Amino acid sequence: MKQFLMGSQIIAKAAVQAGAEAFFAYPITPASEIMPFWIQEIDKKNFDNKFHNKFQLLFLQAEDEMSAGFMTIGAILGGKIAFSATAGPGNVLVQDALSMAESMRIPIVMIIGQRGGPSTGTVVYSQQEVTLTAFGGNSEGYRIVYSPAGLQELYEYTKKSFTTAWKYRFPTFVLTDGYTTKLRGEVNIDDKKNKIKATPFFTQTNKYANYRNCYEYEEEIYKLNMSLKKDFEKYSPEIEEYEIYDKSLKSKKTVGNQLSKIDTLIIAHGIVGLSAQSAIKNSEKKNVVLFRPITIWPFPANALRKLAKKTKKILVVESASNQILRLIKEALYGFNIPIKHIGKPGIGIYPSEIKKYL
Amino acid sequence: MEPNFPKCIKKSSKPNTFCPGCGHQIILKELGFAIDELNIQKKTMLGLDIGCSLLAWDFFNVNSLQTHHGRTIPVAVGYKKAKPDSVSIAYLGDGGAYAIGAQHLVSSAMRNDNVTVIIVNNTTYAMTGGQEAPTTIPKEITATTPHGADKYFLKGPELVRNINTSAYIARAATTHPQQVKSYIKNALDWQVNNKGFAMVEILSFCPTNWRTDTAKKTWDYMDIIKKNYKVGEI
Repeated sequence: MKQFLMGSQIIAKAAVQAGAEAFFAYPITPASEIMPFWIQEIDKKNFDNKFHNKFQLLFLQAEDEMSAGFMTIGAILGGKIAFSATAGPGNVLVQDALSMAESMRIPIVMIIGQRGGPSTGTVVYSQQEVTLTAFGGNSEGYRIVYSPAGLQELYEYTKKSFTTAWKYRFPTFVLTDGYTTKLRGEVNIDDKKNKIKATPFFTQTNKYANYRNCYEYEEEIYKLNMSLKKDFEKYSPEIEEYEIYDKSLKSKKTVGNQLSKIDTLIIAHGIVGLSAQSAIKNSEKKNVVLFRPITIWPFPANALRKLAKKTKKILVVESASNQILRLIKEALYGFNIPIKHIGKPGIGIYPSEIKKYL
Repeated sequence: MEPNFPKCIKKSSKPNTFCPGCGHQIILKELGFAIDELNIQKKTMLGLDIGCSLLAWDFFNVNSLQTHHGRTIPVAVGYKKAKPDSVSIAYLGDGGAYAIGAQHLVSSAMRNDNVTVIIVNNTTYAMTGGQEAPTTIPKEITATTPHGADKYFLKGPELVRNINTSAYIARAATTHPQQVKSYIKNALDWQVNNKGFAMVEILSFCPTNWRTDTAKKTWDYMDIIKKNYKVGEI
């Protein structure tokens, strides 16, 4: 059903449909509005549940983002499907909790509204939290990061993030921004509800579990890391997602044989991906293709390499100085293709600007 | 004759890894007795912080989780929200509770969360090598106050009493294990009866950093800190 909703409202609705039962957060622009919208969902559910003794949705406004992250973890350990949301300086703080989630394979969902940095920066928009979100904590990247483009994808990938997190038990992020969370627009809301089974960390029986995050020996921490790495690499091929767009193909989610020759391959993610799509649509140039990674991490490197084989030159566009570019260079190690980069930290990029480079 | 240990102690993890003569062992033993006597072994979730307290991560046959920097309190709060029938405990040192995680203690007390916080106050950062803590008393020599600590130090229970007038708040000392057990038991019972926030601070010693390697030295050290911190229900 088509509805006219704001980005933050879409996130709250999608989370409820995905099976989320608890939300803990601390106010920070542009992720603050998720809180009142979540409370609206609670009120609706309470009204629906009036005559049933069903479990209520939970909310607690934490004293800071560390607490929000750790409260979320506490609720998940208590058997609930729970999530949190933050941005910028809050994203820095919450990494403490997320690092623990990586270590313990706690399935947690985090919504990140990117804002401009460094530091307090600006409050609405950037693509400068790619590296922090994908490699925060101890920087080994045992985590999954979706970068949806536009409101419809925000809805779909917020829902999906819960399924992904609870299926693979790696912290899962929806990387968005204030242009998206504060935008009101049309979105197709379906009736499908996810069926997620909470992860049983503790049972109230005679089988007691003692968990720790502290290890005595190098060999122990090495063993833990190798098991995290092994599982992450095993699951990555089924997690990776991207979109390929050109004028004739419109939009595709797999690499096919149709594209025999690419003059310019634009690589952009999130909202900048939409800008690049618009640039291609309005350009006279042929053989211009957009590769839009939807999972920033794991990065869809194999798909990009397949495309790169047919590509003359690459144009990377991002509202950051050098974040997605770094991942692309790593993915294309060994290729000899000229890369042009439009890196504009903390500022929006119009299709007309991208068009100039085609 | 078998020594008298709590039933909920996990025998396979003994001997424990605390320094010989550490105050934590007295406190944990009394916590174990309190859990036994209240018959809450199955529904307890014991959160342990970083520092010496983490050495208790597998001390008991109760569900437990170890984290760091005072975040044990928000984990306990989240867990309690998810499982209202559980008994959710945060066990941490004075550094975690009063310095790096102080905001969690303050905010949890202010919300009157139905959790139990046990804070071990040995007036130093013990595991990291005896640095100054928020609880270090005036003129004490630590690794970071070689010329003596200044005159300000934090009295956690009194601070929390100012925030929350209805909470259960007490301070015990390891020199009086019966009192340790009794206050911990009261604080746990408080939670079981859904009365809100409960906190017990326990004055302790550190044989490694305070060099309390004899009974007399331990007693002398405890006498000094008990002069600075009032013991009793607060």
